Formats: sequence, structure tokens, C-alpha cells
Amino acid sequence: MNLVTFSGPPSSGKTSVILKTIKALKDRGLKIGVVKFDALSTDDDILYEKAGVPVRKGLSGALCPDHYFVSNIEEVVEWGKGEGLDLLITESAGLCNRCSPYIKDIKAICVLDNLSGINTPKKIGPMLKMADIAIITKGDIVSQAEREVFASRVNMVNPGAVVMHVNGLNGQGAFELSTLLYEKEEKIESLKGKKLRFSMPAALCSYCLGETRIGESYQMGNVRKIDMKGKDQK
Amino acid sequence: MKNGKRLKTRKISELLELYPFLTNFFEDNLIDIEGKADLTINELLNTIDEDELEDKALDVEKLLSSISEYIDQMIEFLGEDDSNGVEKLTILPGRDKSGETEKFDPIEISKSEIISIVGPTGSGKSRLLADIEWTAQEDTPTLRKILINDKLPDKKWRFSSSNKLVAQLSQNMNFVMDLTVREFLELHAKSRMVEEEESVIEKIIYEANKLAGEKFDPDTPVTSLSGGQSRALMIADTAILSSSPIVLIDEIENAGIDRKKALRLLVGEEKIVLMATHDPLLALMGNKRIVINNGGIKKLIITSDQEKDILSGLEKMDSIVQKMRKKLRYGESLSLEDLMKENENA
Ligand SMILES: Nc1nc2c(ncn2[C@@H]2O[C@H](COP(=O)(O)OP(=O)(O)OP(=O)(O)O)[C@@H](O)[C@H]2O)c(=O)[nH]1
Ligand SMILES: Nc1ncnc2c1ncn2[C@@H]1O[C@H](COP(=O)(O)OP(=O)(O)OP(=O)(O)O)[C@@H](O)[C@H]1O
Ligand SMILES: [Mg+2]
Ligand SMILES: [Mg+2]
Ligand SMILES: [Zn+2]
Repeated sequence: MNLVTFSGPPSSGKTSVILKTIKALKDRGLKIGVVKFDALSTDDDILYEKAGVPVRKGLSGALCPDHYFVSNIEEVVEWGKGEGLDLLITESAGLCNRCSPYIKDIKAICVLDNLSGINTPKKIGPMLKMADIAIITKGDIVSQAEREVFASRVNMVNPGAVVMHVNGLNGQGAFELSTLLYEKEEKIESLKGKKLRFSMPAALCSYCLGETRIGESYQMGNVRKIDMKGKDQK
Repeated sequence: MKNGKRLKTRKISELLELYPFLTNFFEDNLIDIEGKADLTINELLNTIDEDELEDKALDVEKLLSSISEYIDQMIEFLGEDDSNGVEKLTILPGRDKSGETEKFDPIEISKSEIISIVGPTGSGKSRLLADIEWTAQEDTPTLRKILINDKLPDKKWRFSSSNKLVAQLSQNMNFVMDLTVREFLELHAKSRMVEEEESVIEKIIYEANKLAGEKFDPDTPVTSLSGGQSRALMIADTAILSSSPIVLIDEIENAGIDRKKALRLLVGEEKIVLMATHDPLLALMGNKRIVINNGGIKKLIITSDQEKDILSGLEKMDSIVQKMRKKLRYGESLSLEDLMKENENA
């Protein structure tokens, strides 16, 4: 079984791109399944089901979805093997700009959209910086110039990544992406011992542990104070 | 990573002098270089403490390799000439949807040619365009093969973000960025790192104004341009500033721009123009047209002299239709006499 992790900001087009790509992979006779990670709710599982794709979903609730991802990815891989999948895809809503669900030696794809503004690439951190492939969607709504400028910003933040344009609506570029996702020789048995590409900070402070009182004397653990000094006062 | 070793021991000031584009790189990667010009890149990265590394989600190893990779890419990119070196594109036969081998001689397309692509809905026009964009090597559903300058295409056409083979004029006619025309073009020019930015921008505005019915001012926000003006600006920008040697057009409708001039501008800038269309006026503007059916290329037709005559006939009819439209728009009534007169004048 192959494993590929997709991540990207909310509504950037992850599900649309994955569905179009799966269509191309199915034409090659491959069996593909998806696990969707989100925070509070998602209807993506219904979309995958409708397309005849085996799917599971996990909601992290109050936890960072990426922390939740790492804690559960072993079980997810077991499920994929049990289903007899050739390719297991995980879709993670990129809700935490500090974390990313990417694992060393596992293909990592970040989906961004042209409408999100040219400053987005530098704002979203490891989710883009640590990806192998950056997919840019919604090119149909912007001009050639806007596409070129956006792609150059993506390239600046992660020059090593392959940058591809895929349209989530009409599927333009999805076949091409599909050729990069599956390698016959690659076999994932278990993820035990594999490492994250980028460490996830432990967001442990008194308030995580249930403290409700406000005031410095109640704060312990990982506390960081806001800097209220102006530039001239430093 | 050809620059790896030298890179680490160079001072920031030296690097910026050699590679001015690194200023933007540091900014976009959230690295503050103010007052640190005398440090080497290694020293600079060492001044960032643990907390800041964690806060900004920086990874020193990754940053070093990114800088080196970026410099390599930019040096290669800046070393290329404008046209990006595509003199000729060749399409070799594959198979149609029924698996039948396509029966056509290799189709050769040169710089400044206009090729139209015709065929019913679902026949495979978009697939052909995608084959070209992906420089297919018998690895797409059509099993076609694309050559560039008679050779197997370089991998960069597939994977490098600054070397896309194809620019596309999309159907949409609006911009989403909130900038004036001049700021917008400056941004694009900067991302392409063109020299003589000012004169390139002037040229684009001049050409766009020639295409659009009503002129616009460089200080107009791009979002307040009319449909025709937006389209004109997009075409002029793609012709002059896009790095891609091939331009795809999916139907340019008659939205207040001169389509013939638009095509002339594109080929004047040595682009190859590929146009999927159902409009006879556009189809005949190509010097060749590719006929597609059932996923396969069925024919390559060279536009004949007779067809060119027909094109000028169609253009006359089109101009009459346009005039009638204008009259109706301004509240006039039409008469048969008018029509006869226009017919004679045309
Ligand atoms: N115009 C256009 N719309 C697109 C494109 N790709 C996706 N969309 C639309 O964007 C919206 C969000 O797409 P999704 O695929 O659900 O995005 P997502 O990243 O999976 O969203 P979440 O999983 O909820 O974070 C949908 O309405 C899609 O139809 C595209 O290339 N062009
Ligand atoms: N030679 C081929 N072999 C197999 N599949 C093909 C072939 N050519 C095209 N197809 C497939 O047929 C479908 C329709 O093709 P395409 O979208 O290119 O049609 P089109 O001419 O662009 O249609 P429209 O006019 O609606 O835009 C696509 O899924 C495409 O991948
Ligand atoms: Mg989704
Ligand atoms: Mg099409
Ligand atoms: Zn997190």
C-alpha cells in the first residue's frame, strides 16, 4: 500500500482535487481509500462515499487536528491495509498554521488556492514549507498574471517542491497529478519509528489543564506573554 | 545545490549584492536581516534563538537547502532568453477513445503560428491541450507524444514553477487583486524579474488600450475595469510579460475587444497560439486547424485562400451585426435601407 498525506487551508479545494485524482487512478485499476481529519465537523465523507471511495473520518474536537492525526495515523494505516487498498490518502484540514501532518518518507501534498491572496504562502508555515508537492487550485477564477505571481510566491517559500496547477471543478491537471502519487514498488507496512517532518509544539499550559482563573499566579507550564511594548520602547 | 559550500561562508551583504532577489526570499521566509549585513548566512541563522525558531516554524537545515535551491533556480531562470527557446512543437500520433491509432503525419507548430482546434463537445479538445501542457510521452490516456525543438522535452516543463510551457487566457474577465493597473503590472514584472520594468509596463498599458474600446488610466483599480478592458489587459500582459511560450485560448468572445488585433499581438510576441473554438470567425483566423473526434485527431486542415476570403466575408457580416447592435443599444430603430447601405459599404 502507498500512503499520501494531503493538507491545506480550509476550502482550498483538497476534496475536489483528491476526487478528480482518484478518478484518474481508478482508470488504472487501483483501489483507493481516504481518511479525513477535521476539527469540529465535515461532510467530506459523504462526498467520498458518493464517489464510491471507502472513507473514514476523525474529528479532533478541541485538540489540534494535526496532533490528533499523529496520535491516530497507525490505526489509519491498519484500516487501509485491512481494506486491501493500493493507495491510502489522508486529507487534513490545515487549521493549525504551526503544525503539519507530514511524515518523513511519506509523500506530502499541500493544496492552496489562487484566491487566498499572495501573502498566504508565507503565512502558512510547515504545511507548505515541508511539502513535496504544492497544488494550486481555482486558477479558472483569476488571470494568468495572478496565477504566475501566486506560483512564484509559493516557489519562494518552498523552492524544492513541485508546483502544479489543478482545477478542482473540471479536473484540469488531475491526471497529471495522479501520475505522481502511486509507485508500485513502494510498500508501507507500518509507520512505527518514522518521524514527523516538523516537530509539533506541545501547547500545554494551565488553561489546557482546566484552569479558569485569570492572573499570573495561576499560570504555570508553557506560558508565553504578549509583548505590549511599542517599537520605540525596545 | 551547486552553491551549497560557498553559500554558508558568504556575508549577507555579499549575497544580496550577487543575488538581489534574496531580499524577497528572506522576507517571505520571515527572516529579519536588518542590521545583519556583516554576518555569514550560518551566523545569521544562528542568531535566531530556539523560541523564535519555534514561533516562526523555521528549520535551519531546510532553510539552507531552500536558499541554495532558490539561487540555482533563479540563476538558471535569469540566464534564459525571453522566448524560453521553444522554436517548434511536434505532436506525434497516439490513439483515440476506441483504441484506434491516430492516422496523421506528425503535426509541427512553429513560433508565431495560430492553430485552432475544433470538434464536438467531449471530443477531446481539452485532453489535447493538456497533452501539450504536460509534454505527454505516451503516458497520458491518448498515448500521444510531444517533442520540443525535435527533441524529448526537458523535465522542467512539467515540474518547474517558473518554466510553465503554457499560459492560459481563461474565460473569466475579472481580477481578484485589489491593486491599480500599474501596481498590478509592477507586481507581475517583479515576480518575473524583468529588467526595464517601467518600459515593459508602459508597453503593456499601451497595447491593452489599443485592444480595448475605451481607454483606461494606469491608476484605475484593476477590479473597476470593464469586462473588455480587463480582457484587453489580460491579453496584453500575457503577450508581453508571461514566461510561457505557448498561449491557450478557450473562446475569446466578442467582449468589446478587437480579437484580430489580440491574436496579432500574441503572435507578434512570438507566442504559439492554440485556440479551442466553435466560432467560425476565430477558427478561420488560425493558419491551421486540428479536427478532433472521439478522442482522436482526425485531420489537419490548412486554411485555404478561399477560406480566407470567406473569413473576410464573415468579418463584414460581423461588423454589420455589431453596428446594428450599437444602434439598438442607443434606442434607434432599424430599417431595411440601413441594412442595404451597410452591405454596400462593408
Ligand atoms: N472555481 C473553482 N472552484 C473550486 C476549485 N476547486 C474547488 N473549488 C470549490 O471550492 C469549494 C471548496 O472545495 P473543497 O474541495 O470542498 O475544499 P476542501 O479543501 O476539501 O475543504 P475542507 O475539507 O472543508 O477544508 C467547493 O465549492 C469547490 O467546488 C477550482 O479549481 N475552481
Ligand atoms: N484518446 C483518448 N483516449 C481516452 N480518453 C480520452 C481520449 N481523448 C479524450 N479522452 C477523455 O475524454 C473526455 C472528454 O475529453 P475533453 O474534456 O478533452 O473534451 P472536449 O473536447 O474538451 O469537450 P468540451 O467541448 O466539452 O470542452 C476526457 O475525460 C478525456 O480524458
Ligand atoms: Mg475537504
Ligand atoms: Mg474542453
Ligand atoms: Zn497545532
